[in-house]
Parts: sequence; C-alpha cells; structure tokens
Amino acid sequence: MTLREVQGPTALPNWLRFVAPVVVGILLVAVWVLAVDVLKIAPRMVPGPAAIGAELALRIGIIGDDMLITGTNALVGLLFGALLGVVLAGFAAAARPIDGMLAPLVAALAVVPIVALTPILNTMFGASSQFGRQAVAAIAAFIPVFINVLRGLRQTRPVHRDLLRASGATGWQTFRKLTLPTALPYLVTGVRIAASLAVISALVAEYFGGPADGIGTAIASYAKSGRAALAWAYVAGAIAIGLLFFLVTSLLERLVTRRSPV
Amino acid sequence: MRRWTAVAWGAAGILAVAVAWELYKFLGPADGFVVGAIAGETGSGVMLLPRAHDRAMPHLWDMVARLFESTSGGDTPPLIVSVASAALLTLGIAAVGWAIGVAVGMLLGLAMQRWRLVEWGLLPWIVVSQTVPLIAFAPVVNVIGNQIDRGGFPWPQWVSVAVIASYLAFFPVAIGALKGLGSPDRIHLDLMRSYAAGYRSTLLRLRLPAAVPYLLPALRLAAANAVVGAVVAEVSIGMRGGIGRMLIQLAGQGSSDPAAPWGPTFGSIALGLVAAGSVALVGLALRNYRRGEATA
Amino acid sequence: MTTVTTTSIPAVKAEGVGKTFPTKGGDVVALTGVELEVAAGEFVSLIGPSGCGKSTLLRLIADLDEASTGTLEIFGKPARAARVDQDYGIAFQQSGLLPWRTVAGNMALPLELHGVGAADRVTRVAELAELVGLSDFVDRYPDQLSGGMQQRVAIARALAEHPRLLLMDEPFGALDEMTREYLQSELARIAAETAAAVVFVTHSIPEAVFLSDRVVVMSPRPGRITDVIETGLGANRAEALRESPEYFAKVTEVREALHGAPVERANER
Repeated sequence: MTLREVQGPTALPNWLRFVAPVVVGILLVAVWVLAVDVLKIAPRMVPGPAAIGAELALRIGIIGDDMLITGTNALVGLLFGALLGVVLAGFAAAARPIDGMLAPLVAALAVVPIVALTPILNTMFGASSQFGRQAVAAIAAFIPVFINVLRGLRQTRPVHRDLLRASGATGWQTFRKLTLPTALPYLVTGVRIAASLAVISALVAEYFGGPADGIGTAIASYAKSGRAALAWAYVAGAIAIGLLFFLVTSLLERLVTRRSPV
Repeated sequence: MRRWTAVAWGAAGILAVAVAWELYKFLGPADGFVVGAIAGETGSGVMLLPRAHDRAMPHLWDMVARLFESTSGGDTPPLIVSVASAALLTLGIAAVGWAIGVAVGMLLGLAMQRWRLVEWGLLPWIVVSQTVPLIAFAPVVNVIGNQIDRGGFPWPQWVSVAVIASYLAFFPVAIGALKGLGSPDRIHLDLMRSYAAGYRSTLLRLRLPAAVPYLLPALRLAAANAVVGAVVAEVSIGMRGGIGRMLIQLAGQGSSDPAAPWGPTFGSIALGLVAAGSVALVGLALRNYRRGEATA
Repeated sequence: MTTVTTTSIPAVKAEGVGKTFPTKGGDVVALTGVELEVAAGEFVSLIGPSGCGKSTLLRLIADLDEASTGTLEIFGKPARAARVDQDYGIAFQQSGLLPWRTVAGNMALPLELHGVGAADRVTRVAELAELVGLSDFVDRYPDQLSGGMQQRVAIARALAEHPRLLLMDEPFGALDEMTREYLQSELARIAAETAAAVVFVTHSIPEAVFLSDRVVVMSPRPGRITDVIETGLGANRAEALRESPEYFAKVTEVREALHGAPVERANER
C-alpha cells in the first residue's frame, strides 16, 4: 500500500475541478445576458448570445468558407514553420557556429511583432494570394518549435549517454535510440504552442493587407459597418478554429509525453 | 572572452541574413517559385519562394537610403525621424498596456495560487481567452471608450489601445505568477510554518522571491505581447501617430515606393527589441533572486 | 547532556499519540500508541527503518501535522501553542536555505519574522555564526557553500531564538561520512552549551548512540516505539568516545533491538 500525500484537512473534492469552470462560465453568460437583454446597458457593439447564435445559424455557409481560408493559412504556416524549426534546430544542435548565429536571431524574432512583417511579406509573395499570411503564420510557428526542439536535442542525460557509449553504440544509433526519443516530447510541446500562435497570426495578418477574405477581414468590415452580431458570429468561428488546433495538438502532446524520459 | 565570441557569432548571423537576401535577389526567380499551381488561377498552389524582383524585394541599400529621404515628399521630415517618433509613441502606449496587464496578471495569479477553487474556476477561461482574436475587441473597446469620453470622463483613443495591449499582456503574467508563487518546495513551506509565519509573511519572504525566475520570462513575453497588441489595436482603431497606422499607410504605397514600408517595419522590430530589453534590465536588477539552491 | 531534574516540565510529553493518513487504498496507520517523555535538556534520538513513523512523530511535535489520537504537550502546552510561541527550532535533511539570501540573511530569517530589531539581529547573527564556525562566510550565498556548511547554517538558524527544544529530521543524511562525524561533534557541543533538549531523527545507529542520552527504537506497520535504550555515555561526547568499548556495546544493543523487530522494507515515503 503506498502512502499518498494528503492534501490537508481542506482538500477539495476532485469533481469540483470540472464543475468550477463550468459554473464560472454560466455566471459569465448570465451577466452577459443580464447586461444585454434585461438591463439593456451594453453598447451596440455587444449583442446578446441569442442574436449571435441566430446570425451564426443563418450565415454558417459564408462563415465556414472564411474559416476554411484562415484555418488553411494557419495549418500551412504551422506545418512549414514546424518543419523549418525542426531542421534548423537539428543544424544548431549539431554545429556550434550555426547555433551561435541562429540563437540571437531567433531570440530577437521572438520579441518583435511578427504581424508587422505582413505588408512586406504580402509584397514579396503577392498581395492577391494567401502566401503572405501563410508566411507570417509560418514564422510565428517556427519560433517555439525551434526553441523547444533545440532544448530537447540537448536534454539527453549524461548517464544515458555513458550507457550507450559503454554499449558500443555508433553515433547514428545513439541519435536514433536516445536523442530522438528524448527530443520528441519537446517537439510536440513546441507544436502545441505553435498551433495557437499560428492561428492568431494567420488571423491578425489579414488585418495588414492581402485579399479581402478570411475571418479577420470579415470581423473588421462587419464591425465597421455596424453589423455587430455577425462580426461576433465570425469571432465565434475564430474561437472554434483556435480551440480545434489547441485540442488536437494538446492531445498529441498528451499521447507522446505519457512515457517520456524523466 | 566567451561573451565576445557570442556577440561575434550573433553579428555574423545578421550579416548572413543580409547576404542571403541579396544572394536570393541575385539568383532567385523573379516571380517566385510556386508548387501545385493551376494554370490560369492566380494565387493557387503554395508559393515556396518569394518573388525576387526589385519591387517585391528592394535592395538593402535602397532600404537604408530611403530611410533618410523625406517621408512623403516635400517638406516632410526624413522617414527615419517619422518612424522613430511613431515608434516612441507606440512604445509609450504599449508600456502603459504592459503595466496594466502585469498588475491584472499578478492579482489573478495571487488569487489563483491562494485559493485552489479560484484557480480551477478561472484558469480554463483565462487560457481560452487567448484564443479570442484581438480584432474582435478593438472596435468594442473603442466604442465604449468613446461613450465614456462623451460622458465626461476623459478617455482618449490611446487609452483604448493600451487596454487592448494589456489584454494580451496579462495572460503570461498570470500563468507565470501562478507557477512561481506555487513553486517553493515543501521544506521551505514547512520552515515558514514552523516560524508561525502567516500568509502575508510567507508571501513576502518566500513565495514572491521564489516566483522571480518564473515572472521574468513572463514579463518579457508580456512586453512583446503588449507591443503586438498596441500595433494591431492602432490599426484596428485607426489611431494616428502610431507605428501601426504608418505600416498600413506606407504598405498601400508599396507598388510606387517599395522601400518605404521597410521603414516602419524596422521601427516595429526595434520597438519589440527595446521593450524586451527593458524587461531584461529589470531581470539584471533582480539577479540575486535567480540563484538556484546547489548542493555540495 | 545536562542532568535531568524531575521537577522541571518535560520538553515533550506524548501520551497515546497516533496518526492515521487516509489514502485511496484505505487508512494507513503511520503511528500508534506512542508514549514518550523527553526531559528538558535531554538528547533523544528516534531511529528505525523507513515507514516506522519517526519523521511523522517529529512533524507532530513541530505541529506541522496534527495527531489523530492522544495528547502531545511541548513544555506543558499543546503543540500548536508551542509553535506559535516559537518554543522550538527545526532543521531538516535538506538545509532549506533560501537561495536568494546570504548566510547572514538566512540566519536572520526567524528574527526578522518575529520583529527583532535590526541592531539586535546583527548581534545575534554574529553570535550564531561564531557558534557554528562560519563567521568568515556570512556574506556568501548558499550556492557558494558546501553541503556541510549549508547544514551548519540551518542549525544556526534553528538556534536563532534560543529555543529550549531542537527538532532535527536527519539533518546529516545527505552528507559524506567525514563531514557527518565532524558535524555530530559540533552538534553535541552546541546542545551542551545551549542546554536545549533535542529530538533527533536518524537512520544511523552510530550517530544515534554517539549523540543521545536515550535512543528510541521504532518499527513500522504500524509505526510504534518498540524499545528505549539508555546510552549512559556521559555528558562529554568527545571524538575518543567513538573508539570506546562502551560505545560499541551500546551500538550493538541498539542494532539488536532494531533487528529484533520485524524489519520489512516498506516503501520509501
């Protein structure tokens, strides 16, 4: 029988962990409905949930089309950015000079507003196509993947390295049997972080130019023309994409890190 | 000695990017390299390499030269001056947004660490809140701001921008504070309990110092986020004088004046670096709180 | 150590003390039926295999956990009152020094918490540093000290407010043997000089016999006291004691008492 750590006399029941956020959510919705429909104190730009739901149901077609565009941009950006991140991290882990050159560049890139590069990228890739936005999403995704994979490639413990060396393993074998499995959990963590960033970047990039499609431009134009409920319906679509990316990559991360090396 | 080699390699990296840029311009396809394009359909397929001609990718020396020419012809000051003043304005607004975000984030982090029920109830919503794109809030905040302004309490446009920037900034601080305040190990908590130290003493002397290594990267991330938030909010609200609007304006003239958009772009990059650098200075001052406990 | 007077209030008085932890697999009885009296100024060791409840008992005395059954009095008061009144000082196996404070800062921590004035703090820290032989290191940070030195700081800190009772949970457990023996001698000297009672948890039989007036042997499942052995080795614990036949005889006696009880390799806690 193992002795578990006791949380103390004020331990909260575990089911509360799921109920608490739901209760908070219900409270938030209640306050929202109260402000909009009952007290009518909300500004015109904040419609009630019912109005938003109605627009959502009515316009699901066009909302879906724009969701597809922005979602595809995010996905393409995520894939290319992750691939680039893995490849460059591999080079950086293998060669000190490359690491020396890349590290400050990536650190700088991590703190600058990447969406500010959208106008330039649109010019470079053509303002009538989605490539500029995909490039922005790719850069946004590249950074966390690069940082995490680089860290993961360096995480092999000395005792494990000694073990493989004493067992006469070649460099390639060590890479395959030790370095790669050690780095994998870091990769999926990086991808999870990159996924949310790719979605937000793809969306916000639409604000800085390019074709007149996608969720971002729709939200902006409908908000400007006063059709608040429709604009918020689009926001709901954006949240849906964000959550989808988040859930899929979180699931992937959960699956991979279950047996990660400690 | 090692510090200088690191700086040298960093400079080499920047040089390598510059060389790569010009090399690509020299060697790269003028119209880019598209994979999977369908004939007749513009924008189809995936463009793997950008277009290399001078209108799409100006030469580096053209970009630099443009910085010293007037902003929009005639008597207007050189581009670099306009960019600098716009960047400074945006930096100031972002700083205000950062401060608000840090305050809110710290309060949330403190509350969540103190009461587990608050953490369970709020944390999922705080995480989800970051999936809501800024663009949605900017017009709302602007409208509410205008109403308050008309109602007598002054609320200039930049305050709306700061509020939106704070929305992006608070999240990493809340998470960092939650992790950091809860980071002290059992033995330190037992020690404080053995001293009959109350919550406030333990907070001041144990939890807050222990949280510093978690808060500093969070503050840096919050600064970068505040900058992004400010820039996007400026564009969304159409605030004059900031670098966001300048980006959009000069991008619109991109076909006739291809090097011009690079001015505010460099300005934005500088903005992010300065914001992060300022936080790094804070980290320098708090050096002692980042010492790990080493065993013999 | 010091002679025990039967008229003074005992430092620790445990009657029928027990502790049960509820777990998913049912209740675990960590301690049961503990009857123990530690006189003022007496040095008592608790020794036994993992899971015998010695650390649990120490934590109960320190009011870091609450007893499920029985009464526990520290200097005649309940454990909580003793903690609030700061009647004891405690040292753990990991030194538990705050990494962002210097040696002086760490030693001064309890003094700061209890409102001791700055000038008094400086004086007391100087005294403590001298007591443990670290006067030259007061401005160093913990990451600049060896493990043995860190533990000395922890012991000094435990003594900061002149406690009448010292609680120590395997404080030398993470150190090498040579440092260990040196610190044992230092602790014996300090305990004698300050006339504090000490409750000392350890895994090491020689350590328990060298330091204590009495060795309390415990065994697990359920955690309980199975034997109490008087060492009778006198008040002066010099290095030479380690070579004496009386010492070896007592070590053997404690070892046999330990093995006499069922020694099951319980899970580490």
